[in-house]
Amino acid sequence: MIALTVNGTEHSVDVGSDMRLLWVLRDILGLTGTKFGCGMSLCGACTVHLDGEPVRSCVMPVSIAAGKNITTIEGLSTDGSHPLQQAWVAHQVPQCGYCQTGMIMSAAALLKKNPQPSDADINEAVTNICRCGTYARIRAAIHMAARKVESG
Amino acid sequence: MKQMVNMSRRSFLLRSAAVGGGLLLEVTLPKSGLAEAEQASAEAEKIPEVTAWVLVRPDDTIVIRVARVEMGQGSFTGLPMLVAEELGCDWSKVQAEYASTSEHLRRNRIFRTMLTGGSRSIRDSQEYLRTAGAAARLMLTGAAARRWDVPVAECVAANSLITHSPTQRQVSFGAVAAEAAALDIPENPPLKDPADWTILGQPARRFDIPDKVTGKTAFAIDTRLPGMVYAAIAQCPVFGGSLKSVDAKKIADMRGVVKVVPLEDAVVVVATESWWNAQQALRALPIEWDFGEHAQVSSDSILEFLREGIQLEKAPVSRQEGDIDSAFASAATTIEADYYAPYLEHATMEPQNCTALYTEQRVDVWAPAQNSEATAAVTAETADVPVSRVEVHKVHLGGGFGRRGLYIEFVRQAVRIAKTMPGSPVQLIWSREEDIQHGRYRPVALVRMRAALNASGEPTAWTVRQAEQSIFSAVRPHLIRDGVDIVGVRTFADAPYAFPNLHMEYAMRNTHVPPGPWRAVAHTHNPFFRESFIDELAHAAGQDPYQFRRTLLQTPQASKDLAILDAVAEAAGWDSPLPEGVHRGIAVQDSYGSYTAAVIEASVNNEGELTIHRVVVGIDCGYVANPDSVRAQLEGSVVYGLTAALYGEITIKAGRVEQSNFHDYQMMRLAEMPTVEVVLKPTGGFWGGAGEPGMAPLAPALCNAIFAATGKRIRSLPLKNHDLRPA
Repeated sequence: MIALTVNGTEHSVDVGSDMRLLWVLRDILGLTGTKFGCGMSLCGACTVHLDGEPVRSCVMPVSIAAGKNITTIEGLSTDGSHPLQQAWVAHQVPQCGYCQTGMIMSAAALLKKNPQPSDADINEAVTNICRCGTYARIRAAIHMAARKVESG
Repeated sequence: MKQMVNMSRRSFLLRSAAVGGGLLLEVTLPKSGLAEAEQASAEAEKIPEVTAWVLVRPDDTIVIRVARVEMGQGSFTGLPMLVAEELGCDWSKVQAEYASTSEHLRRNRIFRTMLTGGSRSIRDSQEYLRTAGAAARLMLTGAAARRWDVPVAECVAANSLITHSPTQRQVSFGAVAAEAAALDIPENPPLKDPADWTILGQPARRFDIPDKVTGKTAFAIDTRLPGMVYAAIAQCPVFGGSLKSVDAKKIADMRGVVKVVPLEDAVVVVATESWWNAQQALRALPIEWDFGEHAQVSSDSILEFLREGIQLEKAPVSRQEGDIDSAFASAATTIEADYYAPYLEHATMEPQNCTALYTEQRVDVWAPAQNSEATAAVTAETADVPVSRVEVHKVHLGGGFGRRGLYIEFVRQAVRIAKTMPGSPVQLIWSREEDIQHGRYRPVALVRMRAALNASGEPTAWTVRQAEQSIFSAVRPHLIRDGVDIVGVRTFADAPYAFPNLHMEYAMRNTHVPPGPWRAVAHTHNPFFRESFIDELAHAAGQDPYQFRRTLLQTPQASKDLAILDAVAEAAGWDSPLPEGVHRGIAVQDSYGSYTAAVIEASVNNEGELTIHRVVVGIDCGYVANPDSVRAQLEGSVVYGLTAALYGEITIKAGRVEQSNFHDYQMMRLAEMPTVEVVLKPTGGFWGGAGEPGMAPLAPALCNAIFAATGKRIRSLPLKNHDLRPA
């Protein structure tokens, strides 16, 4: 059994220690907001926070996440009230939406560390793939959320 | 009174509960399956159906049904706007829900078509959806008039209220919906003058977005059912090959393994607990393939095959006007060039997947498919049950781009597996590697073009020989006429340019690599060929490429191409000075009933590194339902189109695809995103598409900018294969 803390709730999961965190979240815990995109840490659809750091859960053995605080999109807010989620709606960012939860988790980790990111900071932190091509709106939404955070 | 129950809503509620609550479903769902739960839910959910498209709840909520599927293009909001405009309802009270596929089939295809593709959702359904809204409005006002016993002509509907004008009495839609539902549906209700629209043409917030930012949206891959098992698949790496043998014993003891299911050209491992278990076991499974007869095919051999198509003495003619021979005989200048474009894979972010549940009573499927009606048919055929016993649960798609319209082999696979284990829901997921190596690829194409210019630099003749793989010869034979794939020749056969003499030929070159419609289909590579070559002609004639195009677009039938070209050139400031080293390229194209043009500003440094500074892309799609969705589609096209131009290339070696994941099938990312300015110039009077047309002018505008910057003419894609260092 492996003990996990996901979105503040403790779980004990009976899985192989090399199962990737992504599949524990999706298949064992039913938290399907975290997406499978590539399985090789290339696209970022599976991004979650591990003690506040953005990680690609598709390559992370669950044993490494044991004992750490895991935050998924379901834990970012319960009602879509996170400034990034609101900015995402304001800018009508998502198209198909499949990559967007990973995008938001990448952006949320960035804003936590760097509340006023420059374009270059965003370029460096948000390396996820979006095939629908929502990048310009993502950038605008991150700046909007940053302004909101700043003005409290 | 007729009261129809909405099947899709029940399904959707059920699925939402399943995904949002995890274990909740196990509590609410009887063990015997989905049917009983839906029955119970149906009893609680009877709301008056005014027409098949419009339901009105007693609390005035308007539910508008959507037959096409949302895959990012915004139809789930744009289609209800068409209905709502004529309905006279309060837009803030409108909800969208998917029309049920089984109900569609039971009611004699009442929702017309469920196919989503070809940039057709809005333009092909606008008339019947606006008519449906107008009919429902007449029924609601008719019901109010009856209630008040007044002439219906004295009743007006607006903002979900019906007002009796002489007395100012009012009643809400919800209050008369049940009575309205009992009335006959009027057949030819008058439609509004577009000048009077209040909903159409105004930016509307999309219904699907709030749940997409919280993770609540349940894509097919997010389906969670009690007792569900997971399936991972390996398909024969060489197209056309088959499975020879597997050693299932080797993985029998691995965690969760339930069974190995051999298919003709693939093998599936089914496991409990997680797809991870299935995929791990699959990786460990010894598999022997019979690679079949194509194991020696390579990109080089395919290119040679295309070259033979270029060199054939004769090929089917796709267009012929005037007399090219005399034009070339008297030409002052002759220009000839060969252009090439590679295979491309769609790489939808949601990989191919399908969840299927086979029981004695029925078959349920959840799949990211662009045509739920075809999904139902494939399911019925595969399961060998009547289609009346199939329920396709409609879900938003994590991208489509044409990959999952004609080709839904993942549905067939999942249903086959599910049929071997009745009562157990099976979720099949393709790995990204399977997705990239078993796509339905944009076909390869090699094109030779020649043109003649007279002594004044005026073009007098143009010949085209296309050597291309046909997408449709295998699946839509009616699109092949006298050897010509009539979709494959678009851009050339319908080119708006006024050349007095034209001769175009099409040599079909089908390989073993499966082709498919890739976003914009022929309007990705063909515009690259055509608009780059037109640029070559402008250069040879010593003319400005924008003005050169203008001269060739002076006929009445080219007026809309000309207008969008002018609008984009003006927005881009075509004649204004640019910073040192930055250069412009331009292109124009009509496709999917719309007119697009682009100007791209780019620079190339001494190391050959390309920077795209600015993209101005414009569209005239006639009327616009939701302008913000059109804008988003053009922004998205810039990324999809430039990704292909910069990096996109599927190559073949030993009969199989060489690329496997995003490390070798590279995507544009946020850091590379240029400034994009979208020019919306809807001129009205027609309805054009929006999802694909924006793709057309991008690659040529970029390559023409590169030529302006470096003097290097790019005649093959992708750009990553070119040395752009200034000569």
